[in-house]
Amino acid sequence: MNPSLAVIFLTLFSGSGFGLMAIVALVNDFHIDGGLSPLRTVVAVVLALILVTIGMVSSTAHLANPKNAWRAFTRWRTSWLAREGVFAVLFYPVAITYLGWVFFTNKDQDSVALVLGNASAVLALVTIFCQGMIYACLRTIRQWHTPLVPANFYVLGLALGATLLASIRLMLAGPDRTLIGIALSFLLAAAIMKAIYYFWIGRPSGTTLQTATGLSRGKVRLLDQGHTFGTFLTREFSNSITPIAAVRFKVVVYVVGFMIPAGLLALGLYEPLGILAILAPLSAFIGIGVERYLFFVEAQHVVNLYHGRAPASMPMMHPNLRANPTAEQPPRRLVPSYQKR
Amino acid sequence: MRLGLVIDLDTCVGCHACATACKEWNASSITAPLTDYDPYGQEPSGVWFNRVRHYEVGEYPNNKTINFPMSCMHCENAECVTVCPTGASYKRPEDGIVLVDQDKCMGCNYCSWACPYGARELDHESGTMKKCTLCVDRIYDQELPVEERQPACVLACPAHARLFGDLDDAESTVSRTVRDRGGYALMPELNYNPTNQYLPPRVRPAIATNDLARPSLARKVKEWVNRVVER
Ligand code: SF4
Ligand code: SF4
Repeated sequence: MNPSLAVIFLTLFSGSGFGLMAIVALVNDFHIDGGLSPLRTVVAVVLALILVTIGMVSSTAHLANPKNAWRAFTRWRTSWLAREGVFAVLFYPVAITYLGWVFFTNKDQDSVALVLGNASAVLALVTIFCQGMIYACLRTIRQWHTPLVPANFYVLGLALGATLLASIRLMLAGPDRTLIGIALSFLLAAAIMKAIYYFWIGRPSGTTLQTATGLSRGKVRLLDQGHTFGTFLTREFSNSITPIAAVRFKVVVYVVGFMIPAGLLALGLYEPLGILAILAPLSAFIGIGVERYLFFVEAQHVVNLYHGRAPASMPMMHPNLRANPTAEQPPRRLVPSYQKR
Repeated sequence: MRLGLVIDLDTCVGCHACATACKEWNASSITAPLTDYDPYGQEPSGVWFNRVRHYEVGEYPNNKTINFPMSCMHCENAECVTVCPTGASYKRPEDGIVLVDQDKCMGCNYCSWACPYGARELDHESGTMKKCTLCVDRIYDQELPVEERQPACVLACPAHARLFGDLDDAESTVSRTVRDRGGYALMPELNYNPTNQYLPPRVRPAIATNDLARPSLARKVKEWVNRVVER
């Protein structure tokens, strides 16, 4: 799939914002490390709102016809994309009311604040679920059509949120042991979930060019795509990377996305990090941004089969199972048929 | 009623007449225009509702070229419609035709992700999704003679490889042809239940090649001259 920045930013930033909101509610509910002070709650909720807004704004950037975007809330009965929009929009008034209440009353432990905070957190978590289902419900893209996708969105969003909050705590030198413990557990859980996902998508899928065309009497191969240059379909769906490059990117995801933030947070337990603590969420955002890039670029739509691009680019697949290893890197400029000899 | 196309892979000659006729009709039809990008330039591209691909099946000498036209299958279980957040994509209950309301579409591409057959293409000029309409503005047009109330592609096909009709009616020409020739739907495992059906190529004995005489000297010279003169 085309790894456009708009969708990468949408899922990355709004996911982390919603994750942060959920962690804030959790911390205040259970007085983790003494809970957050009202001022810190306000800062964290503002940060969450900013992150969610970055995500939402960048999502409208990939619309070809944004003037109709308001209609996107109408089909919530069937469409996960509409549901995501509805819940994201419901999230704002509740979260802003929560923010206002804490800011003006300077209380974040009274029952009103707790109810509002938890309501925002629930809406945030539901939105992450819808976001994951947008991808997981597509039967056309095997790498997405799995319950692992919403599960991954959850742990990654919560890991980002927890890392953010823990690093803020570190910078302000507040009590932070349990908070760091939570962040470390989410980072670990995210790393494990991602590993399960990466092994899962490495398996070959059942659909081939033979079943796609129904021509089962012999080997089927593409003679001609029927068009001289790219089409909407090739631009939107034919992105892929070589298995080697995919492995390298995965190393980046694990080192930059999980290990460096976890290492920094663990270090923060023993040494005062001060402003350096900001490096933990920064590194996590970069690494998980790369993870999001991989999530899109590794996804192979079934229509690629009709273009003769069988699961060659699937990472971690045994070379003998790859249909056509030379198709991994399609030539950038196709030769028009009238120039072919 | 479930209107759709039946495509005969045995007789399709791969001339792209259906695709061209489709483009011609629909360039001024209900979802017009079908924008072309760089049409006379180095890398021409554009919106098409119908694309013909060419495959080879089997190994030489038992091989055969199969020309494979594909357009919207007007699926029974059209996931492209259920995923659309704006309600721009819809399936007409009366005849099963799947359409995109150009006034509602916001160009999010989501429906094209949900379509396994590559039937939907975004028009970057209008910012909306476009797809085969089954020539809904032809097939019901009372002004046209009855025999012309068919999709443009079906009328254009010189090999009669395309049939149009009601696949719900068990005795219609399309249904009978599908029954007789063992027509099938593409990628049934995805459960989109496409309406369009494909008729498999007939099995014919391979043409023997081992008894072909070696070319004579005169023929070799002629072929050589041909090659030289062409350059
Ligand atoms: S072929 Fe694609 S666009 Fe047409 S109805 Fe089926 S899923 Fe929708
Ligand atoms: S591109 Fe248009 S028709 Fe397709 S899902 Fe988005 S709004 Fe619906």
